Amino acid sequence: MTLNAERIRTWRRAATSIVGFLVLYELVARSGYFPAVLLPPLGKVGATLWASLLDGTMLHHAAATLYRVLAGMGLAVIVAVPLGVLMARYKPVENFCLPLASALMPIPSLAWVPVFILWFGLGNTVAILIVFYAATFPILLNTWSGVRAVNPLWLRAAGAMGANGQSLFWKVMIPAASPFIITGVRQAFLRAWIAVIGAEFLAASDFGLGWVIFDAKEFLNADLMLASLAVIGAIGFVFERLFFGSIEKATVMRWGMVRATRS
Amino acid sequence: MPEIEIREVCLNYETPAGRVTGVQDVSFDIERSEFLCLVGPSGCGKSTLLNIIAGFISPSGGEIRIGGRKVDGHGTDRGVVFQDFAQLFPWRTALGNVAFGLEMKGVPKEEREAIALEQLRLVKLEKFIRSYPHHLSGGMQQRVAIARALAYNPAVLLMDEPFAALDALTRDDMQRLLADVWRETRKTVIYVTHNVSEAVYLADRVIVMTPHPGTVKTQVQIDLPRPRDPLSVEFLDYQKKLLRELGQMKN
Amino acid sequence: MTDAAQAASASPSAPAATGGQAWRNIARNGFPFLVVGVIWEIVARSGMFPRKLFPPLEDIAAAFWRLTVSGILPHHAIETILRLIAGFALAAVIGVLIGIAMGRSRRAEDYTLPIVAMLAPIPGIAYAPLFLLWFGLGNLPAILLVAFVSTFPIVFNTWTGVKAVKEIWLRSAQAMGATDAKVFRHVIVPGALPYILTGLRLGLAQAWRVLVGVEMLAAVSWGLGWLIFGAREFLNTDVMLAGVAVIGIIGLTLEKLVFQKLEDYTLVRWGMMR
Repeated sequence: MTLNAERIRTWRRAATSIVGFLVLYELVARSGYFPAVLLPPLGKVGATLWASLLDGTMLHHAAATLYRVLAGMGLAVIVAVPLGVLMARYKPVENFCLPLASALMPIPSLAWVPVFILWFGLGNTVAILIVFYAATFPILLNTWSGVRAVNPLWLRAAGAMGANGQSLFWKVMIPAASPFIITGVRQAFLRAWIAVIGAEFLAASDFGLGWVIFDAKEFLNADLMLASLAVIGAIGFVFERLFFGSIEKATVMRWGMVRATRS
Repeated sequence: MPEIEIREVCLNYETPAGRVTGVQDVSFDIERSEFLCLVGPSGCGKSTLLNIIAGFISPSGGEIRIGGRKVDGHGTDRGVVFQDFAQLFPWRTALGNVAFGLEMKGVPKEEREAIALEQLRLVKLEKFIRSYPHHLSGGMQQRVAIARALAYNPAVLLMDEPFAALDALTRDDMQRLLADVWRETRKTVIYVTHNVSEAVYLADRVIVMTPHPGTVKTQVQIDLPRPRDPLSVEFLDYQKKLLRELGQMKN
Repeated sequence: MTDAAQAASASPSAPAATGGQAWRNIARNGFPFLVVGVIWEIVARSGMFPRKLFPPLEDIAAAFWRLTVSGILPHHAIETILRLIAGFALAAVIGVLIGIAMGRSRRAEDYTLPIVAMLAPIPGIAYAPLFLLWFGLGNLPAILLVAFVSTFPIVFNTWTGVKAVKEIWLRSAQAMGATDAKVFRHVIVPGALPYILTGLRLGLAQAWRVLVGVEMLAAVSWGLGWLIFGAREFLNTDVMLAGVAVIGIIGLTLEKLVFQKLEDYTLVRWGMMR
């Protein structure tokens, strides 16, 4: 089969699959087997989604959630990237941080929510801190690996050409470790989303996509729930493909440094 | 009857740039127990032809017969050794790798381990039967690969630049070893290489191929007694002859 | 390698040849915790925060002891672990099967990939209220959610792994007379193992995260997540932190005892670490 015919066939199958999935859902929803409240027909979900977008509530919630994710991740980057670099370059720092990181990492970020609620009360702070916790480890460990993996030849060549501490760091080390750092930020983003939604469930702060879903459960608004899930999925997709994808293209792919691993 | 008959084999394939002819109108015969080398620059289709003979690729035209039977896909009448040492299965020991073909045939465990041991002895690796491939050097891995291809007794051995990725000294050792193994087992061998001196050292006959499209340019019979001396005048004469044929392509 | 795997394998854990070296390793690993512990104690006893909110280590240890001896903590822990195993086992079987199907058949891939890709960007926990709505409270929604969430990384990694099985292995095996079924059993499954194990690892981590969250949503009456969240009502920070410590220990044990050992026996022995 020619290249184009194959591609068309793949698209056709994808479309069939998605349409089939939606049709199946619709059939089950309309069958009356389950209460309409639990399994709303797609039309209702769409209408709810549209209405909430129009009157701005959905956007408000999305903005609140995004704010928390980005704030938490920003903090994580500011803390974890330099720490990762220090860990890779100075053994004592590594010896100190690695056992702590290994011990803390298996603890899901949500486990800290109740403690944080007691310490900081309900609201943004808890959510942002939980995101920070969740995002730190992937960034820290990937940066650490990345810097360790920097080819010493590059450092020597740069040193021979007169690069000193600062320029060595910014012009050689960071670009060299960038595939790893980007992977770390990508993984952190996924974890941050999970953390923020969970935190919003539990820290019930009136705004946020997680809060919407949680609140909708109380009122059996499955249509609102599904609409919110669609929004979450869309934002996740946009960030993953467009934002990270284009950063990757502009840097590591252009430089031919892509790492094959994608978890 | 010749062991292998290759008749007007050609291969075309689609690329984004259009249709490309990889191999065109290749015909020749190979006698039983003959050691044949295919030599040529990159793009001349020698590896493609080998893969067609092995049955991994179907030709667009023409046919190949082995022992009178038409080749249709892969089969246990042919053994293959690739260039990449990673061809060995990392999750099996050397013995496990070599015994694989016999295992597929349903040979009982004791018997197939005994045969595998024999093959490994032939390539002088009897001390490493329980080692995993990643503990063996490149040369040793290729030896295991050869033993593995021979273990289930195929009539024909197909080798695609098996020693190209080894260092020069190991390569020399391997060529000597292969010559010994061939002398003992008397298999029909088709050996692809771009290394002219290797071809002169190993082959009864060398087929020179040209690229764009891949076809047979000429054949050179190597009439030297074995074991061959790479420094003798006759050897160098054959090398010069082949290099001249290849050099004429550099236009 | 996942970051958990990296961290776990990077921290020097293997006892070395001499006893002296082993002690030094323990000291080196333990030192950071000592420092953190001392700082914690200083803050806790300084009076800066109420004792209930920022308990000194002895309070936490006492809570831990109390709960363990009375059997409460083990009960919670076992409930959680059982749910985890049930959900994860389900996900492992389904995920590996789907992943293999996708890797082997272009058709299966074309049909399943769009749906999987659509559902994947949504964080698993977001489905929790939906599952609670559909299945009520109790073990069922928790296990199903865990299974649902951990299936994704397993499917993706298995799929990638099956596709990444080297062509050269397939050809060698075919040349040696292996039928399709034999190629599958003897080449594809071991060949894809590094990826499958990574997928299982990531799946377990996901399962763990979601499970703790779901338990906090008061979906169950026994469970570590519920224990921690419930302790909030009475400001029992010491209980909470004891619970968090247990969660961490279980997570670490799963990683080291299960996956590390599995890896050592297969991938490391075969030299196939990614």
